[in-house]
Amino acid sequence: MAVKSLPKEELMRPGGGGCPGCPSSLALRIALKALGKNSVVVMPACCAVVCVGPYPKSSIDVPVVSMAFEASAAAASGIVSGFKRKGKEDTNVVVWAGDGGTYDIGLQALSGAVERGTDFIYICYNNEMYSNTGIQRSGATPFGAWTTTTWTGKEERKKDLPAIMRAHGLPYMATAIPCYQEDLFRKVQKAMSIRGPKYIEILAPCPPGWRFPMEKMLEIGRLAVDTGAFALYEYENGQLTFNLKSKSILEQKVEPKPIEEYLQLQGRFAHLFKPQRNEEALSRIRAELDENWDRMRKQVECGVA
Amino acid sequence: MIIIDTGDRIAAKAAQMARPEFIAAYPITPQTVIVEKTAEYAETGELDAEYVRVESEHSAMTAVIGAAITGIRTFTATSSHGLALMHEMLHWAALSRLPIVMVNVNRTLGPGWNIWADQTDALAQRDTGWVQFYCSSCQEIFDAILQAYRLAEMEDVQLPVMVNYDAFVLSHTSMPVEVPDQAEIDKFLPPYRALWQIDPDDPITYANMVPQAHYGGIRKDMQDAHERVKDLVPRIANDWEQRFGTNHGGLVDQIQCEDAEYVLVTMGAFGAEAKVAVEQLRDEGVKAGLARIRLFRPFPSEVFWELSRGRTFVVVDRGVSVGAGGGIYTELKSALYGHSTAPVHSFIAGLGGKDVTYGEMADMVKRVAAGKAGEVEWWGLDGQGGA
Repeated sequence: MAVKSLPKEELMRPGGGGCPGCPSSLALRIALKALGKNSVVVMPACCAVVCVGPYPKSSIDVPVVSMAFEASAAAASGIVSGFKRKGKEDTNVVVWAGDGGTYDIGLQALSGAVERGTDFIYICYNNEMYSNTGIQRSGATPFGAWTTTTWTGKEERKKDLPAIMRAHGLPYMATAIPCYQEDLFRKVQKAMSIRGPKYIEILAPCPPGWRFPMEKMLEIGRLAVDTGAFALYEYENGQLTFNLKSKSILEQKVEPKPIEEYLQLQGRFAHLFKPQRNEEALSRIRAELDENWDRMRKQVECGVA
Repeated sequence: MIIIDTGDRIAAKAAQMARPEFIAAYPITPQTVIVEKTAEYAETGELDAEYVRVESEHSAMTAVIGAAITGIRTFTATSSHGLALMHEMLHWAALSRLPIVMVNVNRTLGPGWNIWADQTDALAQRDTGWVQFYCSSCQEIFDAILQAYRLAEMEDVQLPVMVNYDAFVLSHTSMPVEVPDQAEIDKFLPPYRALWQIDPDDPITYANMVPQAHYGGIRKDMQDAHERVKDLVPRIANDWEQRFGTNHGGLVDQIQCEDAEYVLVTMGAFGAEAKVAVEQLRDEGVKAGLARIRLFRPFPSEVFWELSRGRTFVVVDRGVSVGAGGGIYTELKSALYGHSTAPVHSFIAGLGGKDVTYGEMADMVKRVAAGKAGEVEWWGLDGQGGA
């Protein structure tokens, strides 16, 4: 499948309020092409809901339910039930939330909705920070990253929410990134074909938040995959399947690119390189990546996830 | 048919007979029985509804909002800390103009943990835009829940309604209740027709950003709807009375107020106690009356303007806004200002579920009549008695 073979219909209309090079807006545009018109998108407080535009306008051509920050998954539960009563069980109920509304403040509602087997798709566009309030640390912020609440770099590693989601025993989970649109499109379509709770995590390299030029958004995304900083995979029926370059890295058919190539392009990691290289921090980042990949290899080998 | 049962089980029965299509609720003492009983109704098919067993009260109110925006009738119930946890979503429901009906069993807020009656939980939600009823008997609980749906869903109301009653004093006390046939209830409360709903065939964006120019008007519309509620509540109560024979007194249940010099003002189960206090005072030759507030939001100011001439109000509050005063007292003073110079005395009593007898209420009135009462008195702080 090529990008040009994706549906021509645009459910994201002109006039949205995203920054130039916004990864969430591109990802939502692709996701909506998969979801189609028979969908409802629930958005908590996050950048995306601002991008939809203020009342009385909307740049999205499906119903958008704006929701309180921590509450999206619970709202989706009610909507799914309401549509069941209305005989609209074929309508896709989708949450589109940032990592703040997913990893942190919204985790309780998400966990509850998934545990209850709610038939919905929860998509987290993860830009690894609270971006809408202006770049503050979140549970998804990686070790070493500068934010406006971690001025010398975050001291803790990011939360492994995908593992927490898998621990709920949900039928489908996937990761995606907007630079690989066909992969993202396919995974949303796959999620639509499965009953029950589905979770998709999209890494969203955010130009203003990560401090890089807007025209580099796709390039940084590719580097995230090529360096192994982000892994593309699917989880279905208890099995992990890796995709694209991540599959080659997992199978050790290619050596991941040095992580510095990914980090050095981002101003949020600049202090790891200037005024001098922080070898201790860089080796910790490398060690954590190795640890992650070793664990994922063992999970695939042993058939546990 | 007359059934004898507790407030919670009567509330569950009323909710079932209102035929909501969606319930999401989280258990909290002393509301738990409602959660259990409505779940049983939904599981056994005695109620044809989706029932979502949420993981918190915040999610209960959110899920109910999610279901309500698809255009169906909804129900939930909570109490105390659960209501406090819902606070954000109470605003969300009211600003969305969703006709959700919720039972709140008035219970003390901690710390320290205390499961007994206190109205501070609901008083603290008075600015959320919800209509608030307070009940003084199990019959009133039953009637108020069904009347609440009728009110909430009216085209010129479209507001969420909270039906309050006291922990244990009502929630766990059995009383006889006249329960009409379902067919008659259905005539009083026809199926819900939503004025708007989320629909992929007609996409709208719900609750997105609202610029400054529009927001004030949304609040004003809510205020106007609350003003209309004051006219509609007595009319709905009268319609109910014609059909089923019970009426609990419109906005304010007035007992022997016509010639009263001293009028007890209270709400909830205290109202039932105060009614007996009035009888006792009359026997003793004191011209006493009772104004039991049924509707706290909107506050029935006009009723008290009428009632105030030549009278002294003796307010008994089971709830307090710390830093201001008793919940009813501060509202009443505010309502009367510029309309009446009637003296208002405040007794803050029974917090944390401490028992307050009709004899004590009579003593409060006599204390005021004897000129011995200050304007604000905290009653019964001796650490003795009560539950």
